[in-house]
Amino acid sequence: MTRLVDMKGIEKKFPGVHALKNVQFDLKSGEVHALMGENGAGKSTLMKILSGIYQRDGGELLIGGQEANPVSPREAQALGIGIIHQELSLMNDLTAAQNIFIGREPRRSFGRLDEAALNARTAEIFASMNLDLDPTAVVGDLTIAKQQMIEIAKALSYRSNVLIMDEPTAALNDAEIAELFVIIRRLRDEGVGITYISHKMDELKQIADRVTVMRDGEYVGTVVAADTPLSQIIAMMVGREVKEVPVVAPDLSDAEVSLEVTNLSRGKDIQDVSFSVRKGEILGFAGLMGAGRTEVARAIFGADPRDGGEIRVHGRLVDIRSPADAVNVGIGYLSEDRKHFGLATGMNVRDNIALADMRSFTGMGGILDDDGMAATARNYIDQLGIRTPSEVQEVRLLSGGNQQKVVIAKWLLRDCDVLIFDEPTRGIDVGAKSEIYKLLEVLADQGKTIVVISSELPEIMRLSHRIAVMCEGRLTGILPGGEETTQEDIMHLATQRAAAMQVTGTH
Amino acid sequence: MTDSTITSKASVLVERGTYQKLLAFASLVALLIGFSIASPNFMQTSNMIAILQATSVNGVLAVAVTLVIITGGIDLSVGTLMTFCAVIAGVVLTFLGMPLLIGVVAAIIAGALCGLCSGTFVAKMKIPPFIATLGMMLILKGLSLVISGTRPIYFNDTPGFHLISRGSLIGEVIPFLPIPNGVLILFLVAALTAYILNRTVLGRYTFALGSNEEAVRLSGVNTDMWKMRIYALAGGICGIGGILIASRLNSAQPSLGLGYELEAIAAVVIGGTSLSGGRGTILGTLIGALIMAVLTNGLRVLSVAQEWQTVVTGAIIILAVYADMVRRNKSA
Ligand SMILES: Nc1ncnc2c1ncn2[C@@H]1O[C@H](COP(=O)(O)OP(=O)(O)OP(=O)(O)O)[C@@H](O)[C@H]1O
Ligand SMILES: [Mg+2]
Repeated sequence: MTRLVDMKGIEKKFPGVHALKNVQFDLKSGEVHALMGENGAGKSTLMKILSGIYQRDGGELLIGGQEANPVSPREAQALGIGIIHQELSLMNDLTAAQNIFIGREPRRSFGRLDEAALNARTAEIFASMNLDLDPTAVVGDLTIAKQQMIEIAKALSYRSNVLIMDEPTAALNDAEIAELFVIIRRLRDEGVGITYISHKMDELKQIADRVTVMRDGEYVGTVVAADTPLSQIIAMMVGREVKEVPVVAPDLSDAEVSLEVTNLSRGKDIQDVSFSVRKGEILGFAGLMGAGRTEVARAIFGADPRDGGEIRVHGRLVDIRSPADAVNVGIGYLSEDRKHFGLATGMNVRDNIALADMRSFTGMGGILDDDGMAATARNYIDQLGIRTPSEVQEVRLLSGGNQQKVVIAKWLLRDCDVLIFDEPTRGIDVGAKSEIYKLLEVLADQGKTIVVISSELPEIMRLSHRIAVMCEGRLTGILPGGEETTQEDIMHLATQRAAAMQVTGTH
Repeated sequence: MTDSTITSKASVLVERGTYQKLLAFASLVALLIGFSIASPNFMQTSNMIAILQATSVNGVLAVAVTLVIITGGIDLSVGTLMTFCAVIAGVVLTFLGMPLLIGVVAAIIAGALCGLCSGTFVAKMKIPPFIATLGMMLILKGLSLVISGTRPIYFNDTPGFHLISRGSLIGEVIPFLPIPNGVLILFLVAALTAYILNRTVLGRYTFALGSNEEAVRLSGVNTDMWKMRIYALAGGICGIGGILIASRLNSAQPSLGLGYELEAIAAVVIGGTSLSGGRGTILGTLIGALIMAVLTNGLRVLSVAQEWQTVVTGAIIILAVYADMVRRNKSA
């Protein structure tokens, strides 16, 4: 096998952060090389250097055996390097086809576009990906999963011989991930070298040939995926063993019902959903992407209007018409798309956290208590292990996973009784994940009511005292948590379509 | 999914923002009907033609601003740039005595070069568009006064210059429909710009820049260069605006121009183009410009005081944008 990429002794410094220290990485033709590491380990930075977005401060980069120094994405593309970024970078107002061929649109004379060829070529790519999507669909109207597939299609369209995928599956469901893996294997067989970054450990065994692990900007080691147990890779990543204890559902029959939802409905998205959660309980919401879990959460939180249904908090009927109403009665919602709804990325960590509860930091005459805000921020930085040089770092400069921890900190600060977490660990590494699991358990122990929406079944099963499953806007059943429930039980309910519907055991 | 399949099959020229345009168009029709009922003098051919004539300059400038606004920018210099180009035409035709065509071309090139300057400030020097074009606005206002010696330049030596705007080719063919050439030029400019926006690479990048500039850059597109081209095109269109106004007045009035940019932006906004960039249509802008002209004209026909006309225009802008927001929140 030939070496497509060889990186040695790579150095990169940002103001206040030594992001890469003497890092090495190589990629052969026809392999999938996974790049693993905790949030902020420097994975994205390394790949951005390879793809011409950042310039290295030191070290050697060979592409196809030749010394290379791409200074722009375009130069890297010319060298055969394509990248799918961690953050979706699509133009929402353009169509799928227009997005995929941006910068390379088929042209006729005088700069006129050949729209027909554009759509035809896109349709071809979609067909080769087995993706059922209209090339002329406007991207902003599509789900995050579909948008992610468009990113992938875009990278494929470059016919690159090096393809970098930075967390491509973060927003995909199992079926979509399976499709993606089929595509990856096909490309690999065609001789493409693929760098694969993901926090989902179970994907490693399925797709990776070799694994390189990074920690805190340093190279830890490279191992062959097939011969290395996951626990060893995890230990390399976090520098210690991570133990997962299985969930034991506490007996809450005497506990007060703190959130009760009856007959919640809105159009086709939410059809007659009823459930209740007790104080101290963690209720998991499972289901395929688009099952309506987020819609339910948003309706309860007042972010979307609802057609009908009643919500009771601590037994009292409440009329929630806006998120402000929801917060007033003690309901918090940590949204799925944190970047858009949860963070002011241009502001620093301290101010972002403090924004959640400005009132407690406002003194006489509206003067802000900077020291108090900083102390609170530092407290959460420690508690959640947010990796940042200081509390005054701008949030946009943090790695993806660390940005998400900042949002969690905000909601913890707001001190709501009922907390709804929508995909709380998307893009978060294993070490931080188990910290967040523990945190949710501690919160439940302290008497908070926790609702967790997650597309990762292991996560649902690890956390939930009870598991609510949704399919196409309906609640198809509520299962007990713990060892008696299997993934198959959940999948069975998650795919139970309207005709076959019958509610199985409610609480 | 099915929804988007159906709508997206429609031609590029109608695709998005159709509803906004329908809303704007409906308001235009409502205004026309309302004024006709209120005053018999309103629906006269001569009055209709006056409205169109009044739309022509503002319409051309609004088309130029639409381009810049779709990229997510703003251009405050279109009004004084128009004047500057008119002055340049005056210099070339009256001071230097060159032939008509050269004067026209010089004005358009001057416009494009000034647009290129604004574009360079914005793209290369990363000055926010609001500031860059505010600076350009003042620079051009000053230059117009300097070059003309603060006095109007008349085009009496260039017979035919006033016909560019005030003559009527259509009227020669269809005598009872003497639509002035200025209006014809507006529609030509609008049609050409709409074509560029929807069918060419330049247009594609105009929308793409306004939608997510960073993503375009990461796709390997030279965003700076395209942005400069877009500003230059907008400047060139302002040059045409300069010819139109000079021809209509048969003179270049160096002190004119301030305030035109706001009228143009108002037309764009009423036409449903989003100030945050990424979406907008030329047809919408045309309708917006027409609404403003109809409003001014109609209120005048009804003998409403000039001061009140301004108040009403302001209220309409806020209403138009609010209606658009309400619609968008509903569909989101
Ligand atoms: N432009 C920048 N300016 C300053 N610091 C930066 C910049 N980009 C990245 N960093 C810092 O460099 C470090 C490595 O970040 P990077 O995004 O590469 O992490 P990552 O391994 O991709 O993490 P994640 O899994 O969370 O995406 C982090 O500490 C981050 O805060
Ligand atoms: Mg990353």
